[in-house]
Amino acid sequence: MSASLVDISSVSHRFGQHPVLKDVSLKIEPGSYTILLGPSGSGKTTLLSILGGFVTPSEGKVFIRGEDCTAVPPAKRPTTTVFQDYALFPHMSVGANVGFGLRMQGVDAATRAARAREALALVGLATAFDKKPHQLSGGQRQRVALARALVIEPAVLLLDEPLGALDLKLRRQMQDELKAIQKRVGTAFIHVTHDQEEAMALADHCVVMNDGRIEDEGPPERVYARPATRFSATFMGESTILSGTVTEAKNETVTVATPPGAISLPGTSPVGAKIALAIRPEHLVLGATGGTIALGTATVSDVVFQGSFKRVLAASTQDPALQFIVKAPAAATVQPGDTIAVSCNAGDIILLTD
Amino acid sequence: MRQIVRIASWIYAVTVYGFIFLPVIVLVLFSLQATSFPIPPFTGPSLRWYDAVLSDTRLTSALVNSLIVAILSSAAAVTLGFLSAWGFARFTLPSSALLRGLITLPLTVSYLIIGMGLLVLFNWAGLPKSLLAAGIGHVVINLPLCFAIIYSQMGDHQINIERAARDLGAPEWKVLLLITVPVMAPAIFASFFLSMTFSWDEFVISFLLTRFDTTLPVEIWNLLRSGLNPKTNAVGSLVFAVSIVLVVLFELTLLRRKPA
Repeated sequence: MSASLVDISSVSHRFGQHPVLKDVSLKIEPGSYTILLGPSGSGKTTLLSILGGFVTPSEGKVFIRGEDCTAVPPAKRPTTTVFQDYALFPHMSVGANVGFGLRMQGVDAATRAARAREALALVGLATAFDKKPHQLSGGQRQRVALARALVIEPAVLLLDEPLGALDLKLRRQMQDELKAIQKRVGTAFIHVTHDQEEAMALADHCVVMNDGRIEDEGPPERVYARPATRFSATFMGESTILSGTVTEAKNETVTVATPPGAISLPGTSPVGAKIALAIRPEHLVLGATGGTIALGTATVSDVVFQGSFKRVLAASTQDPALQFIVKAPAAATVQPGDTIAVSCNAGDIILLTD
Repeated sequence: MRQIVRIASWIYAVTVYGFIFLPVIVLVLFSLQATSFPIPPFTGPSLRWYDAVLSDTRLTSALVNSLIVAILSSAAAVTLGFLSAWGFARFTLPSSALLRGLITLPLTVSYLIIGMGLLVLFNWAGLPKSLLAAGIGHVVINLPLCFAIIYSQMGDHQINIERAARDLGAPEWKVLLLITVPVMAPAIFASFFLSMTFSWDEFVISFLLTRFDTTLPVEIWNLLRSGLNPKTNAVGSLVFAVSIVLVVLFELTLLRRKPA
């Protein structure tokens, strides 16, 4: 058996005739913070339910600590879940909620209370022990749910869109706390979200999912800088996508025919292959004195001032269907209607097989 | 013109409420009659007929019988109704809609038909006429009601609460006892009080299925056969008072919502 904490091996799942997971394999390392990122319907929540034991996959196996847990019920597997709606027990005090898992293990009342207080202190809610869940705010309930799941020291903590119900400011604050708590307890967290900012801020290991498959996985820096697929280039941050055909390939360099013209860049791909080139907004340069690769001219359709930068949308003169998304300096003097040269550097272009 | 409409609507309201409540008011009023006939003029108030009711051992033992039958049959109906509601709400059953329809069907069948059916069945099975037989009859009529009330309150938001308990290591029976029952407590108590009300007032089934020991409505009917007197009014008023208490308890438990 491998040393991975969790090993998901060729898992597929169908709801009726509808396939929601298609041959997914994934390894989770001890102490890591993994984010499953994807749009709704991508299968990320189903994968989390399979890990938690609420769904038994149609095919494939799940190993946790080297043991086959595929059909083990939730009560008997070393995972706990923080539900999106928190699922606190409304008739119990906060202390009884947090102590529930220990009570089920037969821990005596005094030890239970002491450990529940410790767990509540860990999430910054030491004073809430005797309150009822309905007396707490959304953010506080979130913390109680976290404490309740952590107190029984699971091997893996599963979080189902834990910040989805919170407002933006609270979400960013809870996000920092989640990361801090994870580092403190050292438990492996697996966290489902559709928010790519959340993913980049929290993940040690980012798994991008789409249509029941894993599109890309790795450290978020790598997934952002060098996305493996067209989907992850557009879902994990924005990209301008140039579609093209390879016309020449030699010496680790390919030449691609694209609407704005031929582009040569390092890479390998057979001649005649249909490929896509992705360029991040911050790598596109507007104006005559730009990068080494000219991408023709474009007509600016929209400029949005965002404080530290301006987000510029511009349609290519050579191919109006091609939309450039550019992150221009805040001081840039561009206005809708301007026609302007667009360029970039060869090293910043991401080659994607289409 | 508006004045006339106002007066007409007042007259209408008084007539409707009078029509509904006048019989009860007359019943209660003449239970306080001091003389031997519950007819005008009113000669009270006096509690002599209440005294007569409470010193009549046949009536008091029937009252105790009625309470026992109401409590035990309601407890059985609520337990069975809760378990079936939970089953229908939490599991995918084959032809679930049809089975749900079947379980609530007795609500539409006349008590007389149910009573006769049970009489034939118990005869055949060798179960003699008794309070037990009447109690079983009350479970039959109240189970669909308890099921309908509890099922309607068993929302999807409780599914995750039950899942959370399972996730934290609770076996299924502890999930039910420690989570589902307390969370559903308002609906459970409400259906308990409502089925107690129905059992307490029920006559036809008790009449058909009991013989020597019997329930209060049957005993009142026996009393009425010997003619009207303020004693029947007094015992009727007592029955009415208990029903009111049960209905108020039902309303309070079902309608009082805790902030979630």
